Amino acid sequence: MNSNEKRQQDNKKLGLKLLWIVGAALLFGFALVPLYNVLCTVTGLNGKTNATADVTSNKVDVTRWVTVEFTSNVMPGLGWNFYPEQPSVRVHPGQIETVNFVAKNNTNETVAGQAVPSVSPGLASPYFKKIECFCFKRQELKAGETKLMPLRFYVSTDLPNDVKAVTLSYAFYNAVKPAN
Amino acid sequence: MSSTTAAHHDEHHDHPTGIMRWLTTTNHKDIGTLYLTFSLIMFLVGGAMILAVRAELFQPGLQLMKPEFYNQLIGVHALVMIFAALMPAATGFANWMLPLQIGAPDMALPRLNNWGFWLLPPAAILLTLPFTLALFGIGDGAIATGWTFYTPLSIQGGIGVDFAIFSVHLLGISSVLGSINVIVTILNMRAPGMTLMKMPMFAWGWLVTAFLLIATIPVLAGAVTMLLTDRHFGTHFFDAAGGGDPILFQHLFWFFGHPEVYIVLLPVWGFMPQILQTFSRKPMYGYKAQVVSLWAIGALALVVWAHHFFTVGMPVPALLYFMYSTMAISLPLAVLFFCWIATIWKGSLSFETPMLFATGWIVLFGIGGLTGLVLADVAADAQYHHSYFVVAHFHYTLFAGGMMGVMSGVYYWLPKMTGHMFSERLGKLHFWLTAISFNLTFIPQFFLGLAGMPRRIPDYALQFTEFNMISTVAAFVLGFSQLIFVYNIVSCVRGGKKATDRVWEGAEGLEWTLPSPPPYHSFTEQPIVK
Ligand code: HEM
Ligand SMILES: [Cu+2]
Repeated sequence: MNSNEKRQQDNKKLGLKLLWIVGAALLFGFALVPLYNVLCTVTGLNGKTNATADVTSNKVDVTRWVTVEFTSNVMPGLGWNFYPEQPSVRVHPGQIETVNFVAKNNTNETVAGQAVPSVSPGLASPYFKKIECFCFKRQELKAGETKLMPLRFYVSTDLPNDVKAVTLSYAFYNAVKPAN
Repeated sequence: MSSTTAAHHDEHHDHPTGIMRWLTTTNHKDIGTLYLTFSLIMFLVGGAMILAVRAELFQPGLQLMKPEFYNQLIGVHALVMIFAALMPAATGFANWMLPLQIGAPDMALPRLNNWGFWLLPPAAILLTLPFTLALFGIGDGAIATGWTFYTPLSIQGGIGVDFAIFSVHLLGISSVLGSINVIVTILNMRAPGMTLMKMPMFAWGWLVTAFLLIATIPVLAGAVTMLLTDRHFGTHFFDAAGGGDPILFQHLFWFFGHPEVYIVLLPVWGFMPQILQTFSRKPMYGYKAQVVSLWAIGALALVVWAHHFFTVGMPVPALLYFMYSTMAISLPLAVLFFCWIATIWKGSLSFETPMLFATGWIVLFGIGGLTGLVLADVAADAQYHHSYFVVAHFHYTLFAGGMMGVMSGVYYWLPKMTGHMFSERLGKLHFWLTAISFNLTFIPQFFLGLAGMPRRIPDYALQFTEFNMISTVAAFVLGFSQLIFVYNIVSCVRGGKKATDRVWEGAEGLEWTLPSPPPYHSFTEQPIVK
């Protein structure tokens, strides 16, 4: 009998110890969120390209041409029009270029939106440097307002040679929450 | 030895009877029976759902249902089959057989065991309730994202997603409780003299499964919780608008999802060598090699998850890593296959129903494994991903490798559990109908996938018609053959030729030293091994 009770205690103890593994796994699951983001920004995975660039001493490589294409999407829930003024530009690596996007609020209230950029091929994203972008912060449009949204960027001269075209895609989302 | 100690214990029936017996039971055999019964019922429910799907796929065009409903059926089918049919079957066997095999009086934590089971029926109800609610105009039906919950679709989905999330939480808690119980039972409750390396292989298979479960289920629970807060509480874990990332969800899901495919199979890999050895009448080959392989597969399973979304756009080094690590799993798996084949090699074989299923299982599961190797090839997967080739592949692993393994186990242990022999004639009929119609259902799907038919669509291009028709007809034969299985089980429970203690001529192991059926309390005095 005694040995039976002892065993029951041992069983409970081991059971509780195993709960620590469960807890650690749960924490690990949530920790993957920041870990993943760090990993993506460091390596430029998934075309995450929020790295802003400084404009100091840029050599321009006039021997190469790169086509930069623009696509734009308005996500459901945002009653806007949004498109680039031109579908693509040809640039030399290192050359600073400005293009405009047009956004128009079709609703009759003030709406804030947030643009999320993505570069493909994903491997090119670390070389795509934005100096100034409307996607850096949320944009507000009054009812019926139209706005030109500028993007200043350059493509780094380190861009691998086999990349001839880079596509920059924007998805504009309804920014439901008030800024900060 | 033990039959005497056990027999007189059976006399005091101090446990409640009727429905209360089942609600409050902490007896491992009762709980095992509950798990197995639940599993069988949900197997039929999940099967009925997918027969409706196959009926829709009989012809191109939409005949029977709306695409939304179709999407709900395939997702719930999969969740039901995996979480409510296959996993509970494995847990049911663990409850029934682990204590008998290792000479323990019961599971280590009986109260926990009861909770573990009784979380399952509410989970199943939560999962399927939205179908019924939709009939009354509440919500738009069950989860329609497929079983993988991919964002952003699952963020936009209706109340079915919320119900599925809560269901997954309950299922997860149930599995974690079950796993803790299994680990403690195996580590603390073995009969004196039974060292780890003398344990039955089933115990090893379950031990690896249980550790995988407690390491990965919490990650899934975290992922679906984040999904829930994204849906309702304004967080942006997976929502690009707020700086989140939908691909992150795929990582979290498959960090659980890939180990999950081994979770459902490892218990089967545990008991299958025991069945093979019984009907070969010689000891199993390579015990140590099998134990090491089980652990190697368990460990590798945790680091290969991204092979489920090669096409999402990963850098080449990541692709290569996930490709080679995935292919590396086939090495220990091949060791297991060789051990299984070597076990029956030159044995004095006889093909009773469990052995028919076991040998059929080796072949069919082999096809599942080999086609998986094809999919692990990054270059090839770009073509096969999200095609019917994948559907065929995972049914060779899950239906043949999982379910048919479970069927083998049911036929093997049913006489021990009930004390009666089942009908061999019906068992054999069940096997041949299942094996043939299974192949006729899924071989055409390999060809469909190669020809470019995508999965998860209710309608398809005309050139896919013939293969789909064959697949549908065979699926109905497969589905209805399972009624033979049910009938055979039910009549075996109710009566039949008395089973001997050993049941099968070549059976080895402690469970066969007890009477059939074993008394309510067995091994109150533990047997000494060796
Ligand atoms: C009568 C037997 C069965 C038939 C005819 C069948 C057929 C199907 C079909 C047609 C699909 C949908 C394919 C698509 O469009 O993506 C499917 C999905 C699936 N089935 Fe089965 N199935 C059967 C048994 C099982 C069993 C026993 C399991 C697991 C143990 C299982 C696991 C799955 C899974 C995981 C999916 C994927 C669902 C998703 O991608 O969301 N099936 N099955
Ligand atoms: Cu996998």
